[in-house]
Amino acid sequence: MHSDPSRPDSGSPNSRPLVLSLAGITKRFGALTANNAISLDIHAGEIVALLGENGAGKTTLMSILFGHYVADEGTIHIADATGALVPLPGGSAEAALGAGIGMVHQHFALAENLTGYENIILGTVPLWRPGFGRAAARRKIAGLMRQSGLAVDLDIPVGRLSVGEQQRVEILKALYRDVRVLILDEPTAVLTPQEADGLADTVRRLAASGLAVIFISHKLHEVLALCERIVVLRGGAKVADRPALGASRALLAELMVGRPIPTRQRTAGHPGTSVLRLAEVDVGRPGERDRLTGASLDLRTGEIVGIAGVSGNGQGALAALVAGLQPARAGVVEIAGQAVGSGPRQRLAAGVGRIPEDRHRDGTVGALSVAENYVLETIAAPENQRGGFMKGRAIRERAAAAITAYDIRCPGPDVAIRSLSGGNMQKVVLARVLERAPRLILAHQPTRGLDIGATTDVHRRLLAARDRGAGVLLISEDLDELFALADRIAVIHAGHLSEALPAEGLDVRTVGLMMAGHAGEAA
Amino acid sequence: MMLAALEILTQANFWAAAIRIATPLIFGVLGALICERAGVLNLGIEGIFVAGAMSGWLAVYSGLPLWGGVAVAAGTGALFGLLHGVLTVPLGLSQHVTGLGITMLATSSTYFGYRVAFPNVSTPPRIEPFPPLHIPFLSELPFIGTVIGQQSAFTVLAFACVGAVAVLLARTPLGLAIRAVGDNPEAVEAQGLSVMGLRIGAVMAGSALMALGGAFLTLSAFNAFYFGMINGRGWVCIALTVFASWRPGKALIGALLFGALDAYQLRIQTIAGGVVPSQVFLMLPYLFSIAALVAVARRADYPRALMKPYFKGQR
Repeated sequence: MHSDPSRPDSGSPNSRPLVLSLAGITKRFGALTANNAISLDIHAGEIVALLGENGAGKTTLMSILFGHYVADEGTIHIADATGALVPLPGGSAEAALGAGIGMVHQHFALAENLTGYENIILGTVPLWRPGFGRAAARRKIAGLMRQSGLAVDLDIPVGRLSVGEQQRVEILKALYRDVRVLILDEPTAVLTPQEADGLADTVRRLAASGLAVIFISHKLHEVLALCERIVVLRGGAKVADRPALGASRALLAELMVGRPIPTRQRTAGHPGTSVLRLAEVDVGRPGERDRLTGASLDLRTGEIVGIAGVSGNGQGALAALVAGLQPARAGVVEIAGQAVGSGPRQRLAAGVGRIPEDRHRDGTVGALSVAENYVLETIAAPENQRGGFMKGRAIRERAAAAITAYDIRCPGPDVAIRSLSGGNMQKVVLARVLERAPRLILAHQPTRGLDIGATTDVHRRLLAARDRGAGVLLISEDLDELFALADRIAVIHAGHLSEALPAEGLDVRTVGLMMAGHAGEAA
Repeated sequence: MMLAALEILTQANFWAAAIRIATPLIFGVLGALICERAGVLNLGIEGIFVAGAMSGWLAVYSGLPLWGGVAVAAGTGALFGLLHGVLTVPLGLSQHVTGLGITMLATSSTYFGYRVAFPNVSTPPRIEPFPPLHIPFLSELPFIGTVIGQQSAFTVLAFACVGAVAVLLARTPLGLAIRAVGDNPEAVEAQGLSVMGLRIGAVMAGSALMALGGAFLTLSAFNAFYFGMINGRGWVCIALTVFASWRPGKALIGALLFGALDAYQLRIQTIAGGVVPSQVFLMLPYLFSIAALVAVARRADYPRALMKPYFKGQR
C-alpha cells in the first residue's frame, strides 16, 4: 500500500516489502508534545538511521513502538508472517516482541547474574515447565551466531563479559526471537572503534538477510557510513526523511539542531610550565577493576591532554586521584610543581577545577538550588559566608550573573537543580569550575549525555580556558571529542596509562587499537 | 570440663536438637531468599512467623488435620506476602518500612485474634502435634535412629523444600525469571514477562514458606501457641540469607550451623553455668551471626535490584 510498484529499481528500499508503518504518531506528556504526528515506513532489509538531539522524541517514539508507552494518536502496522500489514496493539512489550520488534537498549536489558544463554531464552519458554528445552535452543543460537558472525561465550554470567560482548548477547537475544525489525539505541556509544566496525559488519549482514534495522545514534559519521536512509526528528516532529547518499555531516547537524552549527577551527595550544605531574603513581588495590599502576603524566599550562579508553580501565581512579578523592599508594603527584596533600579541599585550594563524570551523583546536589550548587565548592570562602552564615543575596546575585553568562535555561537561581535538563545542569557545573579560574581543569566525560548544542558550548568553554592558560585533563570515551580538543592524547587500558602523544600524529584506528589493549600492534 | 564440652558433640540428643532448632530457620531462610532473589526485602518475616504459628495451630485446634493446619499457615503467610507485595511492588513503598509494618501488623493482629478466640485461658490449649518420625530400617540404627526419632514429617518437608527451591531457581524457566527480576527488571520487562506478577508471586511464595517456619513451632516442636514464642527467629533468617549468599544449599548449612550452636550453648550452660553467666552462652548463636555476616557480607553478591522499586517505562 505504501510501496510504489512502478519503480523498477530493485535496489531501492521502496521495492522491498514494507514491514513496519507508523502513521501520525502523537504523544503528549502534559504540556509537552514529545511526538507530533510522526509517520515512518520501514522496509525489509533496510538500515534506517533515526537522528535527533536529546528531547527530540526518538526515545519516546521507540518506547511507543516497543509498548512502553501508548500513543495518544496514530497507528502502528506491522507485517505478519504472510507479509500483510496488521495493526499492532499499543502498550504491550509482549505484543511488540510477538510481532517481531526487537530492541537493543543503550543500557542493556541483561540480568548480569544469569549466563548469556539464560538471558537469551528468558521469557521464550513457558514459566511452568520443568526444564529449558536446552538442545533445541542451543542449536538455534549456534545457527544465529554463524549467520550473524556474533561470537561470544554464552556459558558464563553476563556480568563477567565486556561491554562489547554483552551487546552481542543483546543482539542475539533479539535475533533469537525471530525479529523482523531490530532497533539499536546508541549501540556504539560504549564500543571501541574496532568493536563498532564489527557491529557495523554484523548490521550489514543482518540487513542483507532481510532484517530491517533502525539505528539510533548521534555519531554522524557512523550514520553516514552505515545507513541508507536517514530520518531526523526535531522538537518531536519529523523534519527530514532522506537517502543517506549525498548527505553531509554539516547538513545533518543543521537539521538536528535547527540552525547552522559554526565549524570551529582547531587551534593549537601553547604549553607552558607543568601544572600536573604524575610519576609512577599507583592508585587502588591490586584486584580492583578501576585502578592505576605506574602511571606517569606531565600536563602543562595552556594545553589539553586527552585520556582515551573504554570506561572502567582506570579513568575513575585517575579522576579520583587528581580530584583528591583517592590517595596515591605509591609515586609522586605534583600540582604546579608542588607536592600537594590528598583531599578534595587541598586540591581545590591548589587550583584544581573538577567536572565530574556523573553530574547527578558527584557534581550536584539535586535538592539544592542552582545558586547553592553554584557555590557548593567554595561555601567556606569569605565571599560566600560570614561568621558561619551564608551571604544569601550575594550568592544569588552571582548565580544570576552566571545564569546569564553561561546561558543556563532555568526559571531562576532558586529552583532546585534537579529540575534542570542535563545540558543546563552541566553548564552550572562548568560555571562553578570556571568562575574560580582554575589552573588545572579535570574534565571527566564532560559532554556525556549532552546534545550537540550543549556539547559545542562545553567544548568552546574548555578551549577558552586552555587559551587563558589552564591545563585541561580531558578524560573521554568519545574519540571525536578527544581529537577535536586535545593537544596530546594518552590511552588508558587495564590501569596502565600510555605516553601522551601529539594528537596530530595519531589517528582514530591507532588509538582504538590501544584502547582495546593492543599497544604493541599500534606502536 | 574441656572433655565434657567436647563430649556434647558425640551425643545423638545434641544433633537431634540442632536439627529441630534449625528446621523453622530453614523455612525462614528459604522464604527470605526467594523474596530477595526477586528483588524484594521482606522484613515482615518475624510477624509472618507469628501469624503462621498461630493460624496453623488454631486450624488444627478447630479440628483440621495436621497437614490442613500446615496449609492454612502457608495461606496466611501468602496473604501477608500479598499485602507486602502490593505495597512494595506496584506502589513502590520503602521495603524496610513496609516490612517492619507487616511484622507489627501480623504480630499484633495475631495476638488480638488469639485473645478474642481464648479470652479466659491462662494455660494455652494444646493440640496433638506431629508424631515422631519412624523410617523402617533407618530408625533401628543406633545413633541415627535416635536423631531421626526426635524429628517429625514437618522436618522432612523442610529438607524437601531446600531441594525444591534449589531446583526451581537453577533449573526451571520460572526460577530463571525470578533470578532475572531481582537483578535487572528491565530485562524481564523487555522479554515480555510481568515484573509485577513475578515479584508479587515470589513474595507470596516466600512468605508462605516463612509462615511454615512458624507453624513448625506450634505443630511439631511444641503443641501450643505462646506469646513471644518466635523470639527473633525471623530476624536471624534475614541475616542467614546474606550468609547463604542467596543459595538454598548454603541456607541449609547456615540454618544447621545456627541450630547446632544454639543446641550447644544450651548444653554447655549446664557444664560451665557455675563459672560463666548463662547469658553469655545465650549470646553465642547471635555473636556467630554477627561474625558470619562481617566475614561474608563484605563480599556478598546482593541481587542488584534488591530494594529498588521498578516502574514500567521508566529507566
